[in-house]
Amino acid sequence: MSHLLQINDLEVKFALRTGDITAIDGIRFTLDRGEKLGLVGESGAGKSVTGFSIINLLSKPGYISKGKIFFQGNEISSYPNEKMRKIRGNAISMIFQDPMMTLNPVFTVGFQMIETIQAHREISKANARKIALEKLKKVHIPSPEKRLEQYPHELSGGMRQRIIIAISLLTDPAIIIADEPTTALDVTIQAEIMDLLQELCASDNMALILITHDLGVVSQVTEKIAVMYAGKIIEYGSTDQVVKHPVHPYTEGLIKSIPGTLIKHGEDLVQIPGMMPTLTNIPPGCAFNPRCYLKESICTQKTPELRDMGQGVQAACHVKQRGNRQNNNEAG
Amino acid sequence: MKPDNILLSVKNVVKHFDITGGFLDQIKFKNGRIGLEKISVKAVNDVSFFVKKGEVLGVVGESGCGKSTIARVIMGLYPPNSGEIYYDGKRIDNLTHEQMLPFRKKMQMIFQDPYASLNPRKTVQQTLEEPLRFHHPEFSNKEIKDKIEEVMDQVGVDPAWIKRYPHEFSGGQRQRISIARGLILDPEFIVADEPVSALDVSIQAQILNLLMKAGRERNLTYLFITHDLSVVRHISTRVAVMYLGTICELAKSLDLFANPRHPYTKALLSAIPVVGEKRAKHIKLKGEVPTPVELPTGCVFHARCVYADERCSTQVPLLRTLDNGSSVACHAVEENRITA
Repeated sequence: MSHLLQINDLEVKFALRTGDITAIDGIRFTLDRGEKLGLVGESGAGKSVTGFSIINLLSKPGYISKGKIFFQGNEISSYPNEKMRKIRGNAISMIFQDPMMTLNPVFTVGFQMIETIQAHREISKANARKIALEKLKKVHIPSPEKRLEQYPHELSGGMRQRIIIAISLLTDPAIIIADEPTTALDVTIQAEIMDLLQELCASDNMALILITHDLGVVSQVTEKIAVMYAGKIIEYGSTDQVVKHPVHPYTEGLIKSIPGTLIKHGEDLVQIPGMMPTLTNIPPGCAFNPRCYLKESICTQKTPELRDMGQGVQAACHVKQRGNRQNNNEAG
Repeated sequence: MKPDNILLSVKNVVKHFDITGGFLDQIKFKNGRIGLEKISVKAVNDVSFFVKKGEVLGVVGESGCGKSTIARVIMGLYPPNSGEIYYDGKRIDNLTHEQMLPFRKKMQMIFQDPYASLNPRKTVQQTLEEPLRFHHPEFSNKEIKDKIEEVMDQVGVDPAWIKRYPHEFSGGQRQRISIARGLILDPEFIVADEPVSALDVSIQAQILNLLMKAGRERNLTYLFITHDLSVVRHISTRVAVMYLGTICELAKSLDLFANPRHPYTKALLSAIPVVGEKRAKHIKLKGEVPTPVELPTGCVFHARCVYADERCSTQVPLLRTLDNGSSVACHAVEENRITA
């Protein structure tokens, strides 16, 4: 059976005057109904661009230069905009980081919700309002009738993000792409929003792509994780396994640099030296090699591919892959 | 405890911001009469604490709890409405600009956003030499140059880049430069207001290590303000938890995280997502944070607290020290209504 969403060797470029730069370099992953995938990485790794390219929202100089995206077996990456509009915001919804920027400040919540439903369905205003109310209840908003008449500025940040989630649910999507949905929110509200997303995925068998830089959030919510670095997925697999036993040195460094995970109080944190390269300046071979403690000569010559490392995890690291082969040979 | 161990103490500080606007906005019709009414944001309400020499006091809380306001009041950027601030035993909140100068040299601040806190039209050299020339007019050009190079070296920015502008640096390097600006006058006390919140995780670790290293080498005292609980747990000696302009709990970092006492602290800590732990059950709070414009009566937390009773809604709880040295402002803890 085909996957709900399948991304094959996706490559996204941005056409600049100085030449094309590659923002996404051949990434591959799949998503099934009800599955929750975390897309993790630092700023500029290509997480959000991946999200945008799925729903074909790449802005102008950006374009998909290679690869295909399949949704329910159809190749949506080649759809013209007209056709894509039937899917975007309908079968695949997206939630963005800043709830104040996403809602239109000059229209009431109710207006924006009814507009969304009517854009995708032939439905009367009264019926659309009923659906809106039902979804507001679903995201546990107190006194939903009152909220429909309110403007975004009258609501708190957490409430706004709940309304955005309610809007994304209006058309009963199969996939929700959430791009840093809680980064602008306080930790107690973050916990509530994450609970809500999990609850909705379970009750509606919805798939979730959670784009975030926060490994803690990802490890609480998702079953699968894809760690991105400089436009590539460098580790992919079961969240539990990756977070507890990271294979790629970058993932390992990322986890160890979080205060309070492995390092004792007051001791120096494990730091990854240097910083992620800019996309115009990606080093040859493995993009992580200048910062890597395992670096060998092959790392500067050949780009590593994602390979199976056992335990349901794939990683793109020459050194770890060789170690894995040796272990397998000894075992075999 | 010897009082000479205390570098900074804050006593009953109150800071309210008037947001009424102009005269016409103040006119209100009430009980059949026309009167003037002011509306104010009660950002900090009767906050007292002290910072010991050489320690890192972390201040945590959610947005709007007053943690940045208290930092700015301490630095003299906002005058407090009432209350007193003592630095090394001397009162500093009522000083004139001239009297404050020697203290400004000893107290420095590092801000959250290195994109906003560095002047984009000044080179690194200009940014770093300005405080030196102002506070040390006796320094020669050579001395200034040496000092700048020494500090840049210490924060890990190549002194060869001295002529560059902020836009030529990455976020992490900019934050290093703003730390260099904070360190260049050899201060004793640094207020760091969310110094790593705008940075990526791997860069955040570099900057935290740098701050801890500078603290050790220069015997600095920090007031470290952040909303990130894992950061504060890692770097602080003691932690103050703020909610709606008041301190609800103040304890040694390890004690606070191992055994939070205040119901708000418990809820806050339970909400931290931990790497590798699936769906930890967090304590759900009722409702939302009330606005600081109309503060609740009694304990500011009572409307959201499961332990709240009659007394909580009328009487403001004071910070009380428990047997283990933690201070908690909660009637329920005081009356032993909350076990452990």
